Amino acid sequence: MSYVGEKTLTALPSLLSLDSQPGPAKLSSTSKLGNLIRGITELTSKHEEEKLIQRELESIKEQVSSPNTSMRQMKELMVRAIYCESLGYEASFVYIHAIKLAQQGTALEKRVGYLAVSLFLNESHELLLLLVNTVLKDLQSTNLIEVCMALTVVSQIFPKEMIPAILPLVEEKLNHPKEIIRRKAVLALYKFYLIAPNQVQHIHNKFRKALCDKDPGVMTASLHIYLQMIQENPEGYKDLTGSFVNILKQVVGGKLPIDFNYHSVPAPWLQIHLLRILSFLGKNDLRTSELIYEVLDESLRRAEMNRNITYAILYECVKCIYTIHPKSNLLEKAAKCIGNFVLSPDINLKYLGLKALTYVIQQDPKMALQHQMTIIECLDHPDLIIKRETLELLFRITNAQNVVVIVEKMLEFLQNSPDDYTTIDLVGKVAELAEKYAPDNEWFIETMNTVFSLGGDTMQPDIPNSFLKLLSEGFDSVEEDRKLRLFAVDSYVSLLQGETRKLPQCFLQVISWVLGEYSHLSEDHNRSTVLRLLEKLLDMKQTSSETKCWILMAMTKLCEGTAGVCVAQQVSETYISSMDTVLRQRAQELQHLSQDSELREEVLPRDSGLDPMEIDSSLSFLDEFVSGALAAGAAPYKPPHQRQEELAEAKVLSLEPYGLALPISMSSCSITDRHSPTPLSMSSGLSGDSTDVSHRAGLKLDGVQRVWGRDGYLAKKESVEEAAPVQGLTPVHSPSLQNEGDGSHSQTPTPTPTPEPDREKEQLASSLFFGVSSQSSVCLMGKPDSTFNRRRKAKVQAPGVTEQLSSSVAPVSNAVDNLLCNNLQDSNINSVSAASSKQTCELSPRVPAANGTCNTDCGLPESDRKRSNLSISRDNGLVDADSALSEDQGSRSDLCPSSYLPAELCGLYRSEIAPLCTAHSLELSACHVHQGDDMILIIFISNSSDSQVLQIRLDLKSEQLKVTCVSDSSVENIKSHTVAVYQYSLAVKRPGVDVEVDGTLSFLLPAGTPQTKHFSYKLPLTAFIRPLLISTEEYGTMWLGFSHEVKQNLTLVDDGCEPLTFTLNLLKNRLQLHLVEIIGLEGILACRLLQNQPCLMHCRVHAGALAVWLRSPVPELPDCLVYHCQRVLQEK
Amino acid sequence: MIKFLLMVNRQGQTRLSRYYQPVELTKRAALEADVVRFCLSRNKEQCSFVEYKDFRLIYRQYAALYIVVGVTDAENELSIYELVHNFVEVLDKYFSRVSELDIMFNLDRVHIILDEIIQNGHIVETNKSRILAPLTALDKMADG
Repeated sequence: MSYVGEKTLTALPSLLSLDSQPGPAKLSSTSKLGNLIRGITELTSKHEEEKLIQRELESIKEQVSSPNTSMRQMKELMVRAIYCESLGYEASFVYIHAIKLAQQGTALEKRVGYLAVSLFLNESHELLLLLVNTVLKDLQSTNLIEVCMALTVVSQIFPKEMIPAILPLVEEKLNHPKEIIRRKAVLALYKFYLIAPNQVQHIHNKFRKALCDKDPGVMTASLHIYLQMIQENPEGYKDLTGSFVNILKQVVGGKLPIDFNYHSVPAPWLQIHLLRILSFLGKNDLRTSELIYEVLDESLRRAEMNRNITYAILYECVKCIYTIHPKSNLLEKAAKCIGNFVLSPDINLKYLGLKALTYVIQQDPKMALQHQMTIIECLDHPDLIIKRETLELLFRITNAQNVVVIVEKMLEFLQNSPDDYTTIDLVGKVAELAEKYAPDNEWFIETMNTVFSLGGDTMQPDIPNSFLKLLSEGFDSVEEDRKLRLFAVDSYVSLLQGETRKLPQCFLQVISWVLGEYSHLSEDHNRSTVLRLLEKLLDMKQTSSETKCWILMAMTKLCEGTAGVCVAQQVSETYISSMDTVLRQRAQELQHLSQDSELREEVLPRDSGLDPMEIDSSLSFLDEFVSGALAAGAAPYKPPHQRQEELAEAKVLSLEPYGLALPISMSSCSITDRHSPTPLSMSSGLSGDSTDVSHRAGLKLDGVQRVWGRDGYLAKKESVEEAAPVQGLTPVHSPSLQNEGDGSHSQTPTPTPTPEPDREKEQLASSLFFGVSSQSSVCLMGKPDSTFNRRRKAKVQAPGVTEQLSSSVAPVSNAVDNLLCNNLQDSNINSVSAASSKQTCELSPRVPAANGTCNTDCGLPESDRKRSNLSISRDNGLVDADSALSEDQGSRSDLCPSSYLPAELCGLYRSEIAPLCTAHSLELSACHVHQGDDMILIIFISNSSDSQVLQIRLDLKSEQLKVTCVSDSSVENIKSHTVAVYQYSLAVKRPGVDVEVDGTLSFLLPAGTPQTKHFSYKLPLTAFIRPLLISTEEYGTMWLGFSHEVKQNLTLVDDGCEPLTFTLNLLKNRLQLHLVEIIGLEGILACRLLQNQPCLMHCRVHAGALAVWLRSPVPELPDCLVYHCQRVLQEK
Repeated sequence: MIKFLLMVNRQGQTRLSRYYQPVELTKRAALEADVVRFCLSRNKEQCSFVEYKDFRLIYRQYAALYIVVGVTDAENELSIYELVHNFVEVLDKYFSRVSELDIMFNLDRVHIILDEIIQNGHIVETNKSRILAPLTALDKMADG
């Protein structure tokens, strides 16, 4: 490695007092800047520095405003001002002069003017507008250097609203003969794309031209735009994969001019940039990934020289390999590469290796085993950052077996944690692990105690919340719950008996809640002991008034018997006159309830934690009151955001300074009962005087995941329902237990006798990596497995499902896969195309299945492996596939399904007919038809063989849809070369972004063997959306009636004149909405979900975007619709 | 993404600072002091990458001068580490044997060079002759 620079900078501090040897264009050290720097370097205190700089600024101020100052002097003053600002002293008076200098100066003076502007001003500074004219002039200059400067400053800082003024000029520069001008123009456009993407949408083809520019510099510049755009929408740029691969190939192959090399590596940063782009493109996409494999292989092969920069490239390669669709031989090479990193004596490489490993382990936990000894060493590394990175890695491989050791390591680190950020982060992780994997009650409570005392009041508030929720909700067994709570009580009582001064407030709050709630479980401690302990807390001066509220509440629950009442009276008297209103209220409550034990029983029933609480989320019990108030002339309710916007528009004085004089904390006000604090916040955010009572239900907790169960982490099990019947037994799905055997054999220590400390390490290793191998042992490559999990979760959590995988909407890719599957008929992979089989399994894991594919969740990785085999066979068997393809096309033309469409449905709007699956000679395809208010699903089964297929049965089911069979003839046998048509009517039961039907086809082969086949058909929710024709008045009344609201900002599509009208019409046409009215900057639309569930949309142009509110009586509908709106606008 | 680049000396004095994300002037001094404290406390055997708040610092020492770059979590630390060296090599080429003094007395020129390498927190040019082209052209204009 060369350290040219390091050597050259060695003789420094002494140089100050000597004459420096001036290089080209060096300033003499006797200049004013020199004096200033020398002055500052000699200073010893901050105070002196302040005085000196103030003097300096005074003198600069005087000179800049003097008319006699030449531009040359002005430049010098500007540099001094820059220096002062970089030391933290504001010099705002020179800003205007910086702009003047850029305007009037020449050459270097002008450049320094621009430089000063870009250093001094931020994007929204109003002075920036004054720069526009200068830039405009310079862009038109015949002096290339001036054009260059203008473009440079534009790509650094430019007012968004003035882009149209210079855009044509910048675009023109894209065709400039000089590469540097073209390059800078591309960078300027990149800046525009960053700050105002819609302004440059029309020149996307010019970006493509820049990408193909003959100059590598211009091409490199255009990659910035592409990285950004591809990150936002990888689907839109898949066609460019080939080009990026080609460019990378050429760069790696050394085709660039030699001056692009850095330490004889060709354009390393460009390579890294390209690798990043490729990993975005290849992510979850086998076809694209296949294009990338070769160049990745080559990059790995070429980068063998022992230089830092090649390691940087290798790191990016490894990341790319593990991001795109996996390929086994590349994975192997990448794994070897990581080995080189982590084993390197160079600490920087070790760090990077750990970082790569952390990334890789999420896809393939087995990697951790390979490097376990290194990981152990890093865990004890003297450098904190290495330690920290190792903990991060361990966090990713934690399971129920190793959680104790890993958490211990994390807590150890936390004890000497250097800063708050690390503490907050780590404390959160420990709490997460403890909740997921705690082996027993004692450990859990003790770990959480440490978390609370270390995390203090800086930690995320959801940690104590979820902890309390866990305690109050309990798990499956009453006895276990009791033990857990009891242990918590005992542990807290003993804590309070010790030193309490150091305990953080939030820990005290947790303690007081738990004691209030559960101390009756303990026989050792009677109530008065606990009460006295709590009283002691109240008297501590560190206790905040919020904590005092919690304590008073706990006391309210506990004050029983004469002794209790006595204490209660005493305490309440102290606080009843408190200045804090909340505290005063609690004291009042305490006073009254302690005297009236019957009332207390009523208000705070014991052990109610488990009973679901009735929460009427729509607050319908207030309807009468509201309608009364409305009738009496009160203004209708407006949700806060609407009020705020209206306030902002009306330019009413800000109300902020008149905030509450006393701190009233939400958490302390909201708890008046014996329930855990979290669920109560639910009701906030719901708006409106609703008449909709259909959603009155018990306290809804299904949105909240219960992660910690007696058997460990519940979410790991594929389905909670499934686990329920075998309660008490070892859960089959818990990966760690299931594979205990694998775990132990894969971490067998080396047989050679090892010295003592090593043995210790090995012991640690075996405890750390216990069970890690299990997840991966099922699956060859690990990755499909984990993507499966991830996606399943995504499906459960959010409507943003990736769609491109669905075979039903992307029929193009299927032909080849179908054929391949046909060739593999004998294997137990069914002939659903590879992608769709995966889809079916993923999305309907519980569909009962007769053959291998979907039987159990565990079966999945196997099918995934087969799938990768498939892709390999595709590589080899290309010719076969092709010939089969032509054959197939021939046979398919006879049996074109569209000609079998029922006559009454012809001419109606219908979707493309998409193939579903093939089974032997049967081919299934389907489409959906809009028949007025009905949605008809048509399934075609064509028999292309020469023999009859018997006993055909089709079963459809769906969780989201109601499926009714409408075809009267139940076809049982299909003659050779005919098509049978089945019709079903669909209605939405539960809306989702996309809705799906799962189907089973069973039939008898001529040979007499029964066969079954699964398929799924997916259609977007928009297929069920129809316009709702209502007037503005009707809209108004309906709006108030709906309680489920979603707000979202959408992009405004600009066609040049009327963006709002244009955008709304676009939505109206594409999604079949009814445009009720457009008033000024606002518009309202209405639609209904078949059969008759309305959804209303209120749009408003706000700050260049379209703010949209959607309301509906159906909870999921607004969310789904807003998703489709987004998609429509994005496609545009 | 690169958040900022600093040049500080062993005494903790900032020689050059460039922020690619807006940071208030008053907060900069505190941040820079923190950064210097971090880097000075580390020895040569330790990693050149440090975690700082929610981002990473990458530092490289040249004699008494530290060059520190703040980056987001997703950045490739080693590539930035080498970028710093590339920057120094460019300075060395321009000033022919660069010293801290050159950087201090030619603050404007160093900034101009840096502007060619990093823009908006992204690496835009790494070819040494191309980085220097605009500045040498300016120098010639001044001479001629």
